[in-house]
Amino acid sequence: MTLLDIVLFLPLAGFLLLLILPKESSRMAALVISLAVFVVSLGLLMPYWFQYPSGHTFSSDIQWISYPPIRYHVALDGLSLWLVLLSTLLTPIAALVSWNYIDKRVKEYYAFLLLLEFGVIGVFVAMDLFLFYVFWEVSLVPMYFLIGIWGHERRIYAAVKFFLFTMAGSVLMLGAIIFLYNRTGTFDYGVIQGMIQTGSLVFDTRTEMLLFLAFFGAFAIKVPLFPLHTWLPDAHVEAPTAGSLMLASVMLKMGTYGLLRFCVPLFPEAAHRSAPWIAALAIIGIIYGALVALVQPNMKKLVAYSSVSHLGFVVLGIFTFTQQGLDGAVYQMLNHGISTGALFILVGYLYERRHSLEISAYGGVATPAPNLSIIFLITTLASIGLPTLNNFVGEYLVLQGTASANFGWAVFAALGVIFSACYMLWLYQRTFFGKASESLSHHMPDLTTREWAAIVPLVVLMVWMGSFAQTFLPSISVQNAAILDQTKKLRVERVAIPARQTAEVSRANR
Amino acid sequence: MQLWFIPILPLVGFLLNGIFGKRLSKPAINAIAVGSVVLSFLWVVKTLNALGVFSGGLEESYKEHYYTWIQSGALNISVDFAIDRLTAVMLMVVTGVGALIHIYAVGYMAHEGGYYRFFAYLNLFMFFMLILVLGANFLLLFVGWEGVGLCSYLLIGFYFLEKFATDAGNKAFIVNRIGDFGFALAIFLVGIHFGTLDFGTVFAQVRNMPVEATSGIFTAISLLLLVGATGKSAQIPLYVWLPDAMAGPTPVSALIHAATMVTAGVYMIARTSQIYLHSTWALDIVAIVGLLTAFVAATIGLAQNDIKKVFAYSTVSQLGYMFVGLGTGAFSAGIFHLMTHAFFKALLFLGAGSVIHALSGEQDLRHMGGLRKHIPITFATLMCAGVAIAGVPPFSGYHSKDMILEAAYQHAPWMYWVGVFTAGMTAFYVFRALFLCFFGEYRGHHHPHESPAVMWMPLAVLAALSLGGGYINVPKFLEPLFPLAEGGAEPWLTYVSVAAGLGGIALAYLFYVVSPGLPESLANSFKGLHTLLYNKYFVDEFYDATVVEPVVDGSRQLLWRVGDARLIDGIANGIGTTARGIGGILRRGQSGYIRNYAAWVLAGTILAIAYIGFMGASR
Repeated sequence: MTLLDIVLFLPLAGFLLLLILPKESSRMAALVISLAVFVVSLGLLMPYWFQYPSGHTFSSDIQWISYPPIRYHVALDGLSLWLVLLSTLLTPIAALVSWNYIDKRVKEYYAFLLLLEFGVIGVFVAMDLFLFYVFWEVSLVPMYFLIGIWGHERRIYAAVKFFLFTMAGSVLMLGAIIFLYNRTGTFDYGVIQGMIQTGSLVFDTRTEMLLFLAFFGAFAIKVPLFPLHTWLPDAHVEAPTAGSLMLASVMLKMGTYGLLRFCVPLFPEAAHRSAPWIAALAIIGIIYGALVALVQPNMKKLVAYSSVSHLGFVVLGIFTFTQQGLDGAVYQMLNHGISTGALFILVGYLYERRHSLEISAYGGVATPAPNLSIIFLITTLASIGLPTLNNFVGEYLVLQGTASANFGWAVFAALGVIFSACYMLWLYQRTFFGKASESLSHHMPDLTTREWAAIVPLVVLMVWMGSFAQTFLPSISVQNAAILDQTKKLRVERVAIPARQTAEVSRANR
Repeated sequence: MQLWFIPILPLVGFLLNGIFGKRLSKPAINAIAVGSVVLSFLWVVKTLNALGVFSGGLEESYKEHYYTWIQSGALNISVDFAIDRLTAVMLMVVTGVGALIHIYAVGYMAHEGGYYRFFAYLNLFMFFMLILVLGANFLLLFVGWEGVGLCSYLLIGFYFLEKFATDAGNKAFIVNRIGDFGFALAIFLVGIHFGTLDFGTVFAQVRNMPVEATSGIFTAISLLLLVGATGKSAQIPLYVWLPDAMAGPTPVSALIHAATMVTAGVYMIARTSQIYLHSTWALDIVAIVGLLTAFVAATIGLAQNDIKKVFAYSTVSQLGYMFVGLGTGAFSAGIFHLMTHAFFKALLFLGAGSVIHALSGEQDLRHMGGLRKHIPITFATLMCAGVAIAGVPPFSGYHSKDMILEAAYQHAPWMYWVGVFTAGMTAFYVFRALFLCFFGEYRGHHHPHESPAVMWMPLAVLAALSLGGGYINVPKFLEPLFPLAEGGAEPWLTYVSVAAGLGGIALAYLFYVVSPGLPESLANSFKGLHTLLYNKYFVDEFYDATVVEPVVDGSRQLLWRVGDARLIDGIANGIGTTARGIGGILRRGQSGYIRNYAAWVLAGTILAIAYIGFMGASR
């Protein structure tokens, strides 16, 4: 039993425990359990702190179902490490921000939160395709209920839409997984990947493209990639704060993680051939998301569309097949989790005070609630990619990688950086600046201790990730270099910056 | 040498005042804010002394490495600081003038709300500005670049209850973002073609290429960098944010929007001069943009009644001169003018602030007048700034502007003449403002009072620098970096430019002191007053009709109201409106009925599963 198993199953144990505990204690219990999971998960950093192993760590591989041969195979690498930590960090924060917000069916709420954590961690560590699919679906169910039960007025619509979109994608993926099993007789990711590497598993061009698209469809909906994103704004607007937080910060990363883990290494030819199309969609998403965000009267919708824009950068980075692009994409996944998560938390704080998500209901918040305003400002600046804050590093790397792959793409994608300043600063001005109305001043107390506790870790991370990227990047780089190695058949040779970095280089620079 | 001490001190000041400022007393806030910048200045002096700057040393760049910031593939971006002679000049200007303005602000802001917030932002600005000049690679320069932009945004919108202030802040940030878009693309190109962003490595590579190898890539990088520079340094076509930026408190206008931040574009082009020297085409465009801006902004400056607006357009215009210097290859002249401009323009703004302070917030020149008797120290110091900017020998502006104009003449005589004309206009509008302010009869209804010592002492220091700063031989000092042109200039070039400056002053004196009835409405009263008093001077009226009126009216109606406000502002606003329009249309296409989504999803799924299953089974 490895530390990873403990991190994975603790939330499940917590879920079961919450079901039998009296409901008065479920809030505190969920917080304590999720904090414990976070503390334990910090232990996962140990192999990655002083060196950057390129293979798997904390691997466990035991039989689950004998026939068909489905295995409980979980492991950690430089890619999943940070996503797991992001999930374990955000779950206690989600519990904190729900403290007063959730007042009905409290026990079920926190139970679902822990089940969700179990599901998303599972997705990031599963090394068996079937197991991956199981976790993928496990994470879907609690989110469906979080939106459907604790959401706003149109919650049922949003929950069903969320479920339908995601299901549609995952069924496609299931078909592809079963196809792969038919061809190989195994669900094990490592084995299948090895067969592709050694050439013992070869698809014809057409089949590879179809398999690629089946996986890609599932992940693209989850990301969400333009034009498959329409479920996201509805889901966000209706979800409770913690639901939006977990959805944006963790669940969307399941899509980009899947692209990088499965689509690119398993089907490199198809990935390379479709890259221009995908890049085009990503760039359209970047610009489109930003423009639509500009005209939103609803804060949560605005942030949701900004997510479409930000995640366009992630997808674009992946499909440049450059070291910078991939590193930036992974970094941007974490950044988006931190800064957009923080934005949803802060919008939630505003909602708890004023009970409205309409921007026009605000104005002048800076006067009665200066601390809230400053934190919101820092988060806004992180979101628009101000240097020394986290998003800048990710956006820079993505765009630098994009520029070396195709300079024209970089020109269009960089336009998104201009628009992001427009919609975020305009939102900030309309919400926080100006004179506060009488009724607003009376209902706008400044941050409470609990609210500080939930937001400060994220603000610290924004500065840390922006100013000291090398705490996080080397282990990501090593893993990305391995992924690029696996797809090197069609490596774009005209890239001037050597795309692969050896572990030695990054060690030397630590 | 501990170069990191220089920016860290203001950062500590920012953190202390930003976090604890609410609970601190005013003297404590002052001590932290001013103390950190003064210490930073002293550390600069100590460092430069140790590097031998004051005794002819530092011919090569001195660099310190701190830690690796970003490492991805072969791309390594470190937090490195470097000092060469160019940085030395910038450091002295930024920390020296910065310290003076911090001291001044203690007096100016004494009765304002948000005291600690103001000084926290100001210290944060100093931090980023020092990163900007110390950074030893493109990305670190960009960090400072964006950071000072942030502080500019925060300080323009300092009075955040007022919509015009926060609008101006947004405008500044967004227009600068457009410039940064170009800057960022330039960085990507450098990254692609050199594999590193380190200044030393990149420029060494560039230097080893023959100058004749003017490939497209150098032109592309240069022009993209120029796009960035036009944003930050308020050049055509991106200068529109700077006049609006005057919504911020006056010390901010002096520090950020006159002396330091807006010169970042000039610094950036000088820093990357190696790249520009490989593209004469790009250099020509720099010169033309600068000349055009200098000219256009000066004409606009003629028509302003707000004392800060006059000086704002003057800043845009003077920045244009610096670009002319850069573009004609006289990089050291551009930097020289950057320094002297920092002295006299900071002084003009601080002096204007002192006037505004004396009149309890009045900024309209039409409600001033005769103030030289009420606030004599302010009057004397502002006159020093006036003669300096007008290029009167032997004061500071004369030395630097003259060098630029000589370089412009050697490059293309018509550029010299446009520059000379602009110099005349500069002298004119500056003295117009000064005469309107200090001469004649007082036209307002406040009780003017001289500013406290904490405000006029910095004015006095800056006045001394404005008068004598021209004898700091910056071009000679920068010779290891920017070789001086061979051969002496023809003396008549100097006579003409000096004459233009004096002519401008004389013209202003004529209009605003000799004939004080004019200021009410220039366009109308020129004709009436001149007809009344000097009936025989038809020459004057001819000039009025053909030169003054078109220039003044054209500046106000065409350039300011139409060109500036409607055309360029209109385009900036139009982009937003159009974007909203497009966004509105796009939005419509996607909010359908759920049953439609469901049907499509189901149909697609069935088809796909059937197909994949069939393909798999058929093998």
